[in-house]
Amino acid sequence: MDFLTLLQVLDSSVRLAIPLLLACLAGLYSERAGIFDIGLEGKMLAAAFAAAAFAAITGNVWIGLLAGIGASLILSAIHGIASITFRGNQLISGVAINMLAAGMTVLIAQDWFKQGGRTPSLMGEGRLNPITLPFADMFESIPYFGPTYEELISGHSALVYVAVALVPLTWWVLFRTRFGLRLRAVGENPASVDTAGISVVRLRFTAVAICGILCGVAGAYLATGLQAGFIKDMTAGRGFIALAALIFAKWRPWYALYACLLFGLLQALAVRFQSIEVAGVVIPVQFMEALPFILTVVILAGFVGRAIPPRAGGEPYVKER
Amino acid sequence: MTLMKKFLGAAAAAALTAGAAAADPALIFDLGGKFDKSFNEAGFAGATRWAEETGGKFLEIELQSEAQREQALRRFAEAGANPIVTMGFAMTTPIEQVAPDYPETKFVNIDGWANLPNVLTISFAEHEGSFLAGVMAAEASKSGTVGFIGGMDIPLIRKFACGYAQGVKSVNPDATVIANMTGTTPSAWNDPVKGGELTKAQISDGADVIFAAAGGTGVGVLQVAADEGILSIGVDSNQNHLHPGKVLTSMLKRVDVAVYNALKDGADLETGFQNLNLAAEGVGVAFDENNAPLVTAEMTAAVEMATKSIVSGEVKVEDYAAAESCSVLEF
Repeated sequence: MDFLTLLQVLDSSVRLAIPLLLACLAGLYSERAGIFDIGLEGKMLAAAFAAAAFAAITGNVWIGLLAGIGASLILSAIHGIASITFRGNQLISGVAINMLAAGMTVLIAQDWFKQGGRTPSLMGEGRLNPITLPFADMFESIPYFGPTYEELISGHSALVYVAVALVPLTWWVLFRTRFGLRLRAVGENPASVDTAGISVVRLRFTAVAICGILCGVAGAYLATGLQAGFIKDMTAGRGFIALAALIFAKWRPWYALYACLLFGLLQALAVRFQSIEVAGVVIPVQFMEALPFILTVVILAGFVGRAIPPRAGGEPYVKER
Repeated sequence: MTLMKKFLGAAAAAALTAGAAAADPALIFDLGGKFDKSFNEAGFAGATRWAEETGGKFLEIELQSEAQREQALRRFAEAGANPIVTMGFAMTTPIEQVAPDYPETKFVNIDGWANLPNVLTISFAEHEGSFLAGVMAAEASKSGTVGFIGGMDIPLIRKFACGYAQGVKSVNPDATVIANMTGTTPSAWNDPVKGGELTKAQISDGADVIFAAAGGTGVGVLQVAADEGILSIGVDSNQNHLHPGKVLTSMLKRVDVAVYNALKDGADLETGFQNLNLAAEGVGVAFDENNAPLVTAEMTAAVEMATKSIVSGEVKVEDYAAAESCSVLEF
């Protein structure tokens, strides 16, 4: 593999990792607060549709992004009401959200655009265009660093940089602020938070809302950044891979970044090389695609460290019995 | 409960029989949906044309889940619909289950392999249409490298790939054909992002024309190809209009013709096997105002030549589905 091919593969892994990273961070906030969320997929899908639809109608990608976040927030609110207010089963609520999103997006798209559950292709300002970072031309002549800067670091859309910046921000919020401490506490032992006079319900709703916003950004990036329009079921299981990455990262922000980049790299390798030969053995592409899930199972089984979810995760909080 | 069942049953029967005379034909659209801008929509277009020309009516249902296949067939058969036209290979097994119970009703199994006395099984010679697409790709390619992106890795899609590669090699024996499949699960039909990444990978390997036979994933392929300034080839329906001047052509599968003919024959439909090949104009490549600037005189001549020699039997296009191997392309 020469240097340029390597850069292209890494570039492709970044593109594939960013939606995973955003969804993974979304799940991180929610699950750290004790609300399991397997509806990441559905929220991303709804956001992808809303972003593409509104960007197509208004011709402005930023309105599309807001619409995407809005759609995702609505589903988050449903999840929150079902699992926090009414203390329903969080997994079932998540499954319901996935189904609702899969059906509603196609239905509304067909009603609005009559293109078989698709949105029209986005043009010009309706798309999230790549940004060329400053000095890309200047560094060009420097060997190795120049092409790396130009190919890998520069030339992504704005949301990519936002997503990467969210990793230290999330770390800071969760581990260095009062809000973060309370958020983590509410996922471990909500009763103690309640005893301290802090509203468990409000904290959990905040976490679910942050989750909705991040899923919205992830969906909008899929539909307007990586692609130019919505197609039914276009998330293609990325929400579930993000969940796997979250477990793989043991619910920690920096590890989430590494896990998503690793999963992105695996996908990029599978895309670029349909079969890889390692020491005379051909590894089929299907194995590469299954690897994220295999790794997650290995982690869950406790072979490589242990993944311990937040203790109060999945349990609705009951103030008095 | 029983009352509820009766109500539901009556409602369902009413929905299916609404306005139906004894022998109206029925159409069952597959999970892709009636307006998929591709396979199912072509079937709908054929049925609409028949309805407009004859003033006839047809029953229809869009399947929402696997479980509805047999149910829909039985309901239509009970309601007296004849013939019952189904779209897609996935209907084969349900038809094999249901058809023997209704010997008077005729079933049409498009893209399938059901073999029963009251079933007409229609197949298309996709490899011949793809051959023509390959001829055009090779004529248009400047780099001598062309790409193929399939959806789910099934024999039908390999049939496309193999025919395409043969077409490319017939024009330029030294050309390189890069073939990729999106995945091995049904989500491979609806992953435009991965389709886009595959396109970028093929472009960096030098491909400058890419044929997408991948359903919704293909939309992503066509999009990235247009963004990156290379040519793409659409599939099933005419997709030239998606990016005018950037889509070289589309490999057409005339599902509309198949459905139209089936409805026209009505209950007198001749059952058995029907292969819609190039000679029967069941497959072909699309020429319209959107791709006119891309099509050169040599290209048209080459396509006409290839069509003639395939129709006359002079050139035999290898069929992957029959041989389960492809001499010009490795997967």
